[in-house]
Amino acid sequence: MTASLQVAGLHFAYPDGSVALRGVDLTVAAGERVALLGPNGAGKTTLVLHLNGILGGGAGTIDVAGLRVDPTDRRGLAEIRRRVGIVFQDPDDQLFMPTVAEDVAFGPANLGVRGAELQARVDEALAAVGMAAHRDQVPHHLSFGQRRRVAVATVLAMHPEILVLDEPSSNLDPASRRELAEILESLPVTVLMVTHDLPYALQLCPRSVILDGGRIAADAPTGQLLADDDLLRAHRLELPFGFSPAAARAGVEP
Amino acid sequence: MGAGHAHPLHLDRDSLVHRLAAEVKIVAMLLFTIVVVVTPRTEFRAFAGYAALIVAVMVLARVPAGWLAKRATIELPFVLLAVALPFAGHGERVDWLGMSLSVDGLHGAWNIFAKGTLGVLASLLLAATTTMRDLILGLDRLHCPAVFTQIATFMLRYLDVLADDARRMRIARLARGYDPRFLWQVKAFAVGVGSLFLRAYERGERVYLAMVSRGYTGRLPRADAGPAPAAQWIAAATLPAASAGIALATVLT
Repeated sequence: MTASLQVAGLHFAYPDGSVALRGVDLTVAAGERVALLGPNGAGKTTLVLHLNGILGGGAGTIDVAGLRVDPTDRRGLAEIRRRVGIVFQDPDDQLFMPTVAEDVAFGPANLGVRGAELQARVDEALAAVGMAAHRDQVPHHLSFGQRRRVAVATVLAMHPEILVLDEPSSNLDPASRRELAEILESLPVTVLMVTHDLPYALQLCPRSVILDGGRIAADAPTGQLLADDDLLRAHRLELPFGFSPAAARAGVEP
Repeated sequence: MGAGHAHPLHLDRDSLVHRLAAEVKIVAMLLFTIVVVVTPRTEFRAFAGYAALIVAVMVLARVPAGWLAKRATIELPFVLLAVALPFAGHGERVDWLGMSLSVDGLHGAWNIFAKGTLGVLASLLLAATTTMRDLILGLDRLHCPAVFTQIATFMLRYLDVLADDARRMRIARLARGYDPRFLWQVKAFAVGVGSLFLRAYERGERVYLAMVSRGYTGRLPRADAGPAPAAQWIAAATLPAASAGIALATVLT
């Protein structure tokens, strides 16, 4: 079976000369949920923007379910952007249309979906995140947690191969955080989750990778990785006060 | 449409006029205003007729007169300008309450006042019966250039976000002992405007990235609603048709 995502030897430097990626290798199998951890400035966002061809031009290759990402090929990019659904950190950046339903329809409409099928896509995506009742509301009038869920729906409506979430739990209150986790767990889609929220990674992602200094520094089952204090400290990662991965795992899997 | 489209000029009611498609109302309002503007200023009966039409639409749309009058005060600055005309005008003069007034200036003032008021009332009725969102969709269906409707769409969405940003920044300033008196206020206010601009600029950048990630290629998808039914066009056409009838009748007699 083809991997959902295959990144090989990816290098990238910004035009000002700062090097962000120095040879990233990462494979994510279909249906897997993987957390991408790393300190600020490790290159996480740069890597994410490579996955759908917004950034590119350095050495290395990316394949999404067997299709090569090539920023110079406009037609191919449209399909890549359907396959890679990125949920950005600030839902106000993602939700720009005047109503929730119109925003969810934006992606599939760009893919040429029209009429009844478009409506079906919108309904299905909003139902998947439990926001069907808010379809005609203005995004600004929703709570932050609701907006983040709608942002997930805007991407789900495109039927992506892999869902990429940038800090999905940031700024959420505990209840919204748990609700989002339940939704993400229920989705039958490959997930790559960029996060600083280590307990969230442990809860949702069986596997984690650490990106630091533009390279994958570690790749292991999340529980094992979070139990390695020296590794975490070396990459400026810290567990919340009083949090014990072993105890949490015991709670999750009795 | 759904809740939350509230803008201060919109009156959320259900009426015959509210139910008309936006593009129909926009065209009717525009034609009515054109008829009003081209009517010679001395045809006083015609203006009385137009005012009656406006009142009829107001009643049909179930818009309270007081509500409309309060919002019509926006034209006051222009009317104040008109007040000066009778004093400043040249030519033949009449005496009224001991003041010498120019006849030409009086006509000019009346012209601004009557046409301005009718135009403002017609626009207010359009705004009162149509949500911002529907106005933009209506303009889009009238083939208004996409650049304008896209800008208006973004404005509609992000004006509130920006206002929130500005409010938070102001509260943060106040929280650090900032004393908002006029002269002291200016510098921090100006810096605040600058950083608000930068924030908006950066947000624009991020919004664009998020749009591109969802396959945006420079064109927003059109909302697929069918064209307004002919019955609506005919119903809305009564306003400009009646006003044109009044204009012709008064000019010819």
